[in-house]
Amino acid sequence: MSTPTLNWLPPSEDWRDRINDFRKAEHPCWNSAVDLSRTRLDFIRTNVLDAAVARAFPRGPAGLGTKPIRLAVLGTSMTAHLQPGIRMGALRRGLWVTTYEPEYGQYLQDLLDPSSGLHRFEPNAILFALDSDTLTAGFEPSMTAAEADAAFDLTVQRIEQSWALAQDAFRSPIMMQTPMPVFPSLMGSNEHRLPGSRSNALIRLNVRLRSMADQASVDLVALDDRVASDGLDGWHDAALWHRAKQEVTPAATPVYGDLVARVLAAYQGRSAKCLVLDLDNTIWGGVVGDDGTDKLVLGQGSALGEAFVGVQRYAKNLAQRGVILAVCSKNDEANALEPFERHPDMILRRADIACFVANWTDKAANLRTIAERLNIGVDALVFLDDNPFERNLVRAALPEVAVPEVPDDPALIPRCLAAAGYFESLSITADDRARTAQYRDNEDRKAILASATDLPSYLRSLDMRLLWGPFDPVGLPRVIQLVNKTNQFNLTTRRITADEAEAVMGEPTNVGLQIRLLDRFGDNGMIAVVIGHLRGRDLVIETWLMSCRVLGRGVEDATLDLVVGEAERLGATRIVGEYRPSAKNGMVRDHYRKLGFTADREDDDAAWWTLALADRQRRETFMSVERSTSPDGLQNAGDSPA
Amino acid sequence: MIETEIYSVLSEIFEDVFMREVALRPDLTAKDVDGWDSFKQIDIIISVEERFGIKAGTRDLDGLQSVGDLVRMIQSKTA
Repeated sequence: MSTPTLNWLPPSEDWRDRINDFRKAEHPCWNSAVDLSRTRLDFIRTNVLDAAVARAFPRGPAGLGTKPIRLAVLGTSMTAHLQPGIRMGALRRGLWVTTYEPEYGQYLQDLLDPSSGLHRFEPNAILFALDSDTLTAGFEPSMTAAEADAAFDLTVQRIEQSWALAQDAFRSPIMMQTPMPVFPSLMGSNEHRLPGSRSNALIRLNVRLRSMADQASVDLVALDDRVASDGLDGWHDAALWHRAKQEVTPAATPVYGDLVARVLAAYQGRSAKCLVLDLDNTIWGGVVGDDGTDKLVLGQGSALGEAFVGVQRYAKNLAQRGVILAVCSKNDEANALEPFERHPDMILRRADIACFVANWTDKAANLRTIAERLNIGVDALVFLDDNPFERNLVRAALPEVAVPEVPDDPALIPRCLAAAGYFESLSITADDRARTAQYRDNEDRKAILASATDLPSYLRSLDMRLLWGPFDPVGLPRVIQLVNKTNQFNLTTRRITADEAEAVMGEPTNVGLQIRLLDRFGDNGMIAVVIGHLRGRDLVIETWLMSCRVLGRGVEDATLDLVVGEAERLGATRIVGEYRPSAKNGMVRDHYRKLGFTADREDDDAAWWTLALADRQRRETFMSVERSTSPDGLQNAGDSPA
Repeated sequence: MIETEIYSVLSEIFEDVFMREVALRPDLTAKDVDGWDSFKQIDIIISVEERFGIKAGTRDLDGLQSVGDLVRMIQSKTA
């Protein structure tokens, strides 16, 4: 039996002292609770920390930079034991979660009854934790194929109905745990030839759930995948199932909770964005400054060399789906670059690295530099380094950076990174596929900036083209993704569901703008979104956000031109803008002032600004602005005119 | 495994589970210890399984009433 553990987190050597200090503190400190949650907690420690945090912060911490989560866990068997793991997984990501569970077995009644505890709880996230036994209750080995198909359809329908009920009652994201393969086989390797087999029904269901979830905008928590990688014995204990109807064994709940918390964090744009790689003995064997490029252990000729190739390939694959790569190495830059330029077995090339820092400064300072250059938060970095000294130094100096306990054997590193789930993503767009190129282009632009004599001539030299259009079905997934993950240049940090985004398209007095930027270095993809609606003669801007990649290029002025155009089209005389401060959006505090708006009113949560269209002074922008049917859908926008 | 060793490991497990020291004796049962409910019972059993490298079966679970029962089960499985 191997219990799944949080093995990428460092063990806490002095757990008893630290938890006692926290419990006895007169003014318990939220950050020390977060720090404790970022150690390798087993389920007992998870429960203890959960209870201590609940006692210290009965109503949650003050001034949290993230949206509090009210999670309903709807299950068909025991779910109480799952909740501490979920809450501590969320704490690990700076999220505050309160949970609700219906009375045992009552989740459908709770969904249907508008006066139920579930409705009073007003969840803003829902997790379906339906157990395998209940899901396959209708199957019998004696069934014909047609009977088994009918039973299968009924199961599918019941799941879809449950989702639909929840979606109608609460405009909240919905998660569904995929069932674990808990049933022993009756036939063997060719179990699929027994239509009524429950074990086979679960395999079919897990395949079907993928397409059902996509269709219904439900997000999965893939227990079946974890069981495939960890083994069923670590996740499910038949003796405990019979004793307490706990389908997931309590020992596995810290990892279960972490899987759920990753999805919750992704909803708030809190997944990591950038993998920062050390070089020597992390992505190749040996020390390039000492051994020279030719003597590095990399690639053909040794198992170890192949293992390092495996690390590089995994990093490259992450980059190909939108994770930014950076390098942070203690080396002379020329030495560090040489393998990238001329080692034949390197998978990673200089072009894959969006930000390359090799010097002798301490790594914590360099990680700060990397975050600044890439315009992302330090908490969006994952730092991969074989050296425990560097790891601990970074953990102490920059606790926000995720620093996995890297296995000594490089062959195990890709699985360790995958198991840690730092880069949990819910969807993939064309922009994700081109991300590192976009950030690297940015670095090139900065190089030009250094040589340009003045800003306008630099901006003109970029040959920028801004493509814009109203929301449309093709661009909508990227719009939703951008709205839900942009934290810094985001005036109100209002998140949006697929339904709400569609509602923007449906109403002629609503404005939804998607904006894409191209320049001589490449395609930045969709970089800005504005949502507003006409109220009387005011166009009220609910959402205005922009990717920090395109800061300082006049996109704000060009966007305002578009908003003014929309206001005129709708017959408005004024534009009303709103700024809602969050822990991360201080950079746009003066956004509307800079654009010529006048301060209107202010309360504790927000400030409002107005711009009378008659008073507007248009400013020069340094780009061509073109209307396009679907700015995000143009695959080769750089080559073909919009 | 000798009984005193088992008791010393069990004391650590109980301290982790209840976040306080619990004076263990053979006739101690759940009703003698504040907070020892059916969930904590499972927590204790899983911790015992992990620390002693054993597996408690369904029959074992049904027979566990006191700390003494727990110690006898550990002894029989580590013998």
